[in-house]
Amino acid sequence: MNISLAAEPIFHIGSFPVTNTLMVSWVVLAALVVLSVAVRRSMRVVPAGIHNAAEAVIEFLLNMVDGVTNDREKTKRFFPVIATIFIAVVASNWIELVPGLGSIGFYEMKDGVRELVPFIRSSSADLNFTAAIALVSFFSVQAFGMMSLGVGQYLGKFFVWPWKKPYVIGSFVGILELIGEFSKIISFSFRLFGNIFAGEVLLLVVGSLVPYLVPLPFLGLEIFVGVVQALVFSMLTLVFMTIATAAHGEGEGPHAPAGVH
Amino acid sequence: MDIVAIKSIAAAFAIAVGGFGPALAIGALAGKAMESIGRNPEAASKIQTSMILATAFAEAIAIYAFVMALIIKFV
Repeated sequence: MNISLAAEPIFHIGSFPVTNTLMVSWVVLAALVVLSVAVRRSMRVVPAGIHNAAEAVIEFLLNMVDGVTNDREKTKRFFPVIATIFIAVVASNWIELVPGLGSIGFYEMKDGVRELVPFIRSSSADLNFTAAIALVSFFSVQAFGMMSLGVGQYLGKFFVWPWKKPYVIGSFVGILELIGEFSKIISFSFRLFGNIFAGEVLLLVVGSLVPYLVPLPFLGLEIFVGVVQALVFSMLTLVFMTIATAAHGEGEGPHAPAGVH
Repeated sequence: MDIVAIKSIAAAFAIAVGGFGPALAIGALAGKAMESIGRNPEAASKIQTSMILATAFAEAIAIYAFVMALIIKFV
């Protein structure tokens, strides 16, 4: 059983190694494009079939985004990025449930040991993929913040002059917030990578120990984890976007009205 | 003791100790969420959403520990 942290290259285009996760992400991309084209072509005034299902998914995501932003205009601006992150991550996460994960491949000599290079490996189990999505999320948060507040006022959240309101401590807090922004990239990528990679290792080990019936609850767990991790990724991006576009002095995120006792 | 034995022990320790804190954190979080849903059942879905979000933050620490254990064992 070959458990390797890094994705294994299947073949090379020139000197560029094409890994199994890269091929899986192409497959996911092609599947999503075909699905979208099919939905577009089946659009009627009265929705039916695949159009209906797509509307249900979009409505669910729209309500979820509305619940966090509480503002239809902001929802319309954020929705494309958030929904794309959610759907792409869910599709990549669920690929690890396909039978043949980690077991169908070809043998290769690596350091004198004959190891199996599998064809199927979920693209979210590759740190490159998760880091890429984390970077997209980071840059879109900064971009939306700068677009709605203006570059000067947005950067003023991080670089506070020592003689402005909270005085010297404000500058330190600003620098800490800046470091916090960058640490979010690492946190995002490792959270998704760790969850999906751990799930793959779990399924591989359980499948090799007792192949009949016992993997069922673990497959169920992986379905759940796939959805939850995609949800967490997109919701956290959404929450950071909402905070970044909130004008200074406004409350952060949705507040419940204070009860009167 | 050869290096493979030490690596195995180190990996076991990493995940055992690293999973302890997040387990306590998530348990406390869920407990508080149950309590507040019991006090205010109308806000249940808002509380549930925030709880899942916060649980993901706490679980990320356990995931870091797990990834470190895997790196120690296999790299």
